[in-house]
Amino acid sequence: MSFDYLTAMIFLPVAGALLIAFLPGLSDRVIKRLAAIFSFVPLALAILLFCQFDRSLGAAGVIQFEEKLSWIPAINAYYHLGVDGISLPMVLLTTLLGFLVILISWKIDLRPREYFAWLLLLETSILGVFCSLDLLLFFLFWEIEVIPMYFLISIWGTGRKEYSAIKYVIYTLFGSAVMLAGILCLYFTTGSLSMVDIAQTGLASFRVVVPTVAIFFLLFTGFAVKLPVFPLHTWLPDAHTDAPTAVSVVLAGALLKMGGYGMIRLCVTVFPDVARQYAPLLVALAVVNVLYGAAITIRQTDLKRLIAYSSISHMGYVLLGIFALGRVSMVGAVLQMFSHGVITGLLFAVAGLVMHNAGERDLRKLGGLARQMPVIAVVFSIAGLGALGLPTTSGFAAEFLVFVGSFSSTIVSGIHVYTILAVLGVVIAAGYILWMIQRVFYGPVLEKFNGVMDADMLEKVYMFIFVAAIMLVGIYPAILTDVIKLGISPIMGLLGG
Amino acid sequence: MNLELFAPELTLGAFAIIVILLDLFIQRKGLLAVISLVGLVVSGGFSVVLWGDSTQAMFNNMLVVDNFALFFKLLFLGIAALVILSSVDYVSKFARFQGEYYALVLLSTIGMMLMAATTELISIYMALELTGISFYILVGFLKDHKSNEASLKFLLLGAVASAILLYGMALVFGFTGETQLGEIARVIQTMSLTGVLASPGLILGIVLLIAGFGFKIAAVPFHMWAPDVYEGAPTPITAYLVAEEAAGFAIILRVFYSLFALPHWLSLEWGLIFAVLAAIGMTLGNVVAIPQTNIKRMLGYSSIAHAGYLMVGLATMGFSSAADILGQSSLLFFLGSYALTNLGAFIAIIAISNKLDSDRIDDYSGMGKRAPLLALGLTLCLVSLVGLPPTAGFMAKFYIFSGAVQHGLLWLVVIAVINSVVSAYYYLHVVKVMWLGKPVSQEKVPSSGALRVALSLACLGVLLLGIIPAPIMRLAELAAKMLIPG
Repeated sequence: MSFDYLTAMIFLPVAGALLIAFLPGLSDRVIKRLAAIFSFVPLALAILLFCQFDRSLGAAGVIQFEEKLSWIPAINAYYHLGVDGISLPMVLLTTLLGFLVILISWKIDLRPREYFAWLLLLETSILGVFCSLDLLLFFLFWEIEVIPMYFLISIWGTGRKEYSAIKYVIYTLFGSAVMLAGILCLYFTTGSLSMVDIAQTGLASFRVVVPTVAIFFLLFTGFAVKLPVFPLHTWLPDAHTDAPTAVSVVLAGALLKMGGYGMIRLCVTVFPDVARQYAPLLVALAVVNVLYGAAITIRQTDLKRLIAYSSISHMGYVLLGIFALGRVSMVGAVLQMFSHGVITGLLFAVAGLVMHNAGERDLRKLGGLARQMPVIAVVFSIAGLGALGLPTTSGFAAEFLVFVGSFSSTIVSGIHVYTILAVLGVVIAAGYILWMIQRVFYGPVLEKFNGVMDADMLEKVYMFIFVAAIMLVGIYPAILTDVIKLGISPIMGLLGG
Repeated sequence: MNLELFAPELTLGAFAIIVILLDLFIQRKGLLAVISLVGLVVSGGFSVVLWGDSTQAMFNNMLVVDNFALFFKLLFLGIAALVILSSVDYVSKFARFQGEYYALVLLSTIGMMLMAATTELISIYMALELTGISFYILVGFLKDHKSNEASLKFLLLGAVASAILLYGMALVFGFTGETQLGEIARVIQTMSLTGVLASPGLILGIVLLIAGFGFKIAAVPFHMWAPDVYEGAPTPITAYLVAEEAAGFAIILRVFYSLFALPHWLSLEWGLIFAVLAAIGMTLGNVVAIPQTNIKRMLGYSSIAHAGYLMVGLATMGFSSAADILGQSSLLFFLGSYALTNLGAFIAIIAISNKLDSDRIDDYSGMGKRAPLLALGLTLCLVSLVGLPPTAGFMAKFYIFSGAVQHGLLWLVVIAVINSVVSAYYYLHVVKVMWLGKPVSQEKVPSSGALRVALSLACLGVLLLGIIPAPIMRLAELAAKMLIPG
């Protein structure tokens, strides 16, 4: 009987959440330490998994660290966990962010007991999504995430927080309702809830009751709300802007990736033919995402809202990479998900620091802060440069792979035009990122910000971890792409490319 | 004649009489609740002993004991026990008739247990009336304006429904010459398509049966009583109404499965009727629930919506072949988890309104601070009503919808899941008010031990059914199997 790494990793945060919620008489300090411990151990486990992961060529498409128990025999559902090359980077990202957001939240004073319990529960649900290989289990974890998010945004948020929270919930539930219909159709076409089995046998051998195109788009819509894909993106700016800093980090860093992950894991893997047929349409949507998102971003005057809109643009690259259906482009898409997770996570974290220390988030009223907060200014610039894809940051590696992969993809016709259009997004990104940094940190030093503090020790620590991750992947992307390739190659076999 | 098969009902009847008699002599009325609970437990024990693989008939085939009936009996006994636990505080405020209250709860439980076990038109009617009359009185127990109105409305509409049902039964009897469900089924199956079409009276009879039963389960368009009765009845009785709806479903399952499952074209007909009623019911219930300001009334509309979800299971049963039990077993599981969830929600409401003396949602403001555990329990139950994991409501919906998709009812499932999204809005509104609102006063909301036990049991059940539903699904499957004719 081997040690069940994945179960331990997924359920440690929720165990911590229960402990924090129900142990009477915990002081705020103890609560924060408990939360840090219960999110650090999963990170350590994830790193351990990452080190032990079999990277040999024979491991392509093999599910590792698999756990399988019968769960609900009546509907053939299993408690089935495992990671492969696609999910492992996501797991790593989620546990990393899960630990860092606890540090980011160190200054939370309002109802800390509930806050940290919800945050830990959120981590469990996201990890569950990335590790589940059973459709019901996947959907269960997918849905659990809604409740902590609702509370986190509506209690600890700012501005129109209750409106944003319920908007988020309704959009998410709508998406998952449609997805549920898709999952049920898939279940009754194949009689199985196992993602692995369904992917291996494909749908061709089954009598198809519901058209596969319909099932594909039911699932796609569910994931598209999460990614988000234009025109289902309008929840995102509100939720990101009004959420507390740490929740914005998780939301942008890990939650959006559930959408991209689902598209690769289900839409492309199970329906290669439909994906190939409709790829031009979806790639066009991706280009709209990139350009439209970037165009709106440049007009924003609120610091957090700007970063939120830039996420829409960056998720467009993920969509482009996935539905260009090329080997390299898909690897790029997964890498972009990881890279966006750390870069935008850092952007939100630093934006939160600026707002907390300077008490201002309106770009028109900010300025000259580099004098008062030099460390924050440097870190923010690094993250910004990562977001616009400067070499040696992970953003460059990921976007480069996406563009090269898409351009050279032979499966989708007209992909050259789309790729060239999407590259324009990088130019606009340079515009809004540099302009944002200029407006916040440079220009004349303002009187009113005299005495504003720079980052303290703890904040420097977590900013350093973020920067280290960005640089590491930027300089040596193979550390992740070697793993991702193993997950992508069986899909390429299905696509015949 | 094998009376031991009837032991659960007999025990319960005996305990009901004991409760009424003791009421005359003892002053500590709390003891009556304990005695009622003992009665329920003993009766449940007998029911468990009877669980087996065989179907046994009694009273000239008027009643049967099979796993299907026993599943429902245990469900009703469980619900009644939780209701009595949560009534103790509430009833102690009554000046008179405390004994009668408990006795009536027990008697209506007997009625519902019989409803689950009947296989003959006349005994169906008797069981329905025993349940109905007990409930009419219980609903009016508060004797204030709202309670009286609710009781009267319930009585009048119930009487109309009974009349419709009787008329339907008379027509079915007239065209088949039998009152035994099995015998009627045999006659119908020998009739050809043209034979049935040539006798519109039989079709009319079926439609009238649907209408009569539809009243019991608050199906559209016979749902008008639900909001008023939910609002006006004493809150424990409002919680108890879920058992009555479950009993209605038990009878519908039994009648439609054993009478009209074959020939297949006939079951497709009524399957479609149920599908349409389901779609209208859940949409109407959920949309009208949104503007409600009284939490009991809101849950009244939510019960209409849930009757709609449950009818998805009935429609599935109509669309599936006779050997396929997915529709029934998912319906049984849904009933169990819905009953548990609804009870949990009402127990929390009883505890809160004991203190507040109000059912207005706005008055729940800041309840998360004033009574954190009650608010947590209520939140869990509301989340389960939305159908979010890891709760019973999620598993139940997944199970029942999966059956429907399998039988080509994807359109209905899409309507149902979108309805679940709509319902999130009003359920979460209550959650929002409780956790985000400012407390009206700083005073804590106390709750009695009995209420806390009842609430913890319900919440534990909701979580267990949501995380490890397999054992109960297995029971539901075993119970559903008993229904296969022949």
